[in-house]
Amino acid sequence: MNWLTNFVRPKLRALVARKEAPENLWTKCPKCEQMLFTKDLEANQSVCTHCGHHMRVRPLQRLPHLFDEGKYELHPLPKVPVDPLKFRDMERYDARLKKAQAKGDGATEALVVASGTMGGRLAIVAAMDFGFIGGSMGTAVGEGLVMAAEMAVARKAPLIAISASGGARMQEGILSLMQLTRTTIAVGMVKEAGLPYISVLTDPTTGGVSASFAMLGDIHIAEPDAIIGFAGPRVIESTIRQELPEGFQRSEYLLEHGMVDLVVHRHKLRETLMRLTALLSGPAGAESRALAAPSR
Amino acid sequence: MATYLDFEKPIAELESKISELRHVPNSGDVDIAEEVLRLQAKVDKQLRATYAKLTPWQRVQVARHPDRPHAQAYIDRLIEDYTPLAGDRAFGDDLAVVGGLGRFQGRPVVVLGQEKGSDTEARVKHNFGMARPEGYRKAQRLMRLADRFRLPVLTLVDTPGAYPGIDAEARGQAEAVARSIETCLEIGVPLVSLVIGEGGSGGALAIASADRILMLENAVYSVITPEGCASILWRSNTHAQEAAEAMRMTAQDLKRLDVIDEVIAEPMGGAHRSPDEAIDAAGSAVGRVLAELAALDADTLRRRRREKFLAMGKKGL
Repeated sequence: MNWLTNFVRPKLRALVARKEAPENLWTKCPKCEQMLFTKDLEANQSVCTHCGHHMRVRPLQRLPHLFDEGKYELHPLPKVPVDPLKFRDMERYDARLKKAQAKGDGATEALVVASGTMGGRLAIVAAMDFGFIGGSMGTAVGEGLVMAAEMAVARKAPLIAISASGGARMQEGILSLMQLTRTTIAVGMVKEAGLPYISVLTDPTTGGVSASFAMLGDIHIAEPDAIIGFAGPRVIESTIRQELPEGFQRSEYLLEHGMVDLVVHRHKLRETLMRLTALLSGPAGAESRALAAPSR
Repeated sequence: MATYLDFEKPIAELESKISELRHVPNSGDVDIAEEVLRLQAKVDKQLRATYAKLTPWQRVQVARHPDRPHAQAYIDRLIEDYTPLAGDRAFGDDLAVVGGLGRFQGRPVVVLGQEKGSDTEARVKHNFGMARPEGYRKAQRLMRLADRFRLPVLTLVDTPGAYPGIDAEARGQAEAVARSIETCLEIGVPLVSLVIGEGGSGGALAIASADRILMLENAVYSVITPEGCASILWRSNTHAQEAAEAMRMTAQDLKRLDVIDEVIAEPMGGAHRSPDEAIDAAGSAVGRVLAELAALDADTLRRRRREKFLAMGKKGL
């Protein structure tokens, strides 16, 4: 025993520990920079309680707020070949993938497929996860969307896709690009079956996801102030070498330019989806509603 | 003046020697003629050796070679009675996408493609083959026209990518690309895509979600340019060479992945050395493929096209 272990170590530990605790307890709003009590923020669906800024949420935090009584069933994604190209940049892709899956947040890919009732009506939801490798779309995401679409067709339910993605997953090269076509086929099957396909665009939706299924909805709903576009703002700035106008590629800009139907606050998303799916289910919709679980 | 790529230096030196010798005034000299022949044989040998083992990055350079035949060259040589059609009927005419009606091997077709332009003026006019939303909407319009009159569609793919600019975003670039992919999938007539140079991401796929995808031997096709990939994954575009290798963007790799259907051999030294020969080889491959598809009805075509893309990615390298 000496003064080093006794005295210096606990002090060092205290220094490290002091940093961690407030990070979990408080969250800083990236927009208004207000420090928010994390519990309050979560209760508010990650919408800043101070300025109303919609922060990014992961599917498992979002889904309970969409379905009746917060209840839904998760459907595991189909198995796909891991690292088909044996891709390596500064790190091997298979290692990068494993690391992302081992974070302990339960996410295994950038998409979650869920089913459940909304206002007593069955709906299939495919929600992307920006927290998983930037929500990038590779074969697994594409395959998951195909599964969700097939499920919607088989169960005669509307499909709701919630996008949050930087684009295609580069480490899967051309196979990630092919997901643009594959997901377009997926939503095409839903449309062909006469079922509603609603696309919800959240921050951010760019690249391959915006250039495929996200922009092919019967109805497009955007969350407020989300970045939505084909090329990312940095790519555009470096190409044209000029500053981008204020509000460029934000939801409200897209609304103004005719690319989305509605900009809807997160607190109103569930009721908007319920109303739209009911309206689009036509007269036959009343039947399936009666057949679904008893209303609350 | 021919343009030489970095790795073609030895060929450039030999060819400049040949042209020097040809300009020697005393042209009746037998020794000079012999020397020219000897050097020409050396050039051929060197070309064969170089092009037999191009690296992915070298293929990217060949695919972007300024003298490589572009879409209009294919149209001019392969399509008779070509009648260019213009405009998207909504905003304007995008010259990055050229196309119209014509006859291919005697039969009426719709042809469309991205045109890069072959000199500075033309490159600017065609925006280096980078289409804006109106270009993709023009492509959709032409595909629908083909569908209505039961004409096969040939698309010529050669673009660095869809144009990333303020105006393009304002008019819905993402939607235009997505809708173009959807149109490819919906038409009930044969759709054959020929990747002649650079297949740049969604901008290429927008006109290449086809029944058959053919690719020239030195063409490339990828989710992002190697420079773009390097700047994101390596955080520096000096790693473009490594990115080109990692992405598997050559015709040979894409054939192994079953993403494309056929690789078309190029003349020795690449399509830019013998454009007509390259175009004719591509033309006969397209003719053969179109003949195979001619017997299929609209529903079968659509169903098989879907199945083909849905099966992709089940197999790695």
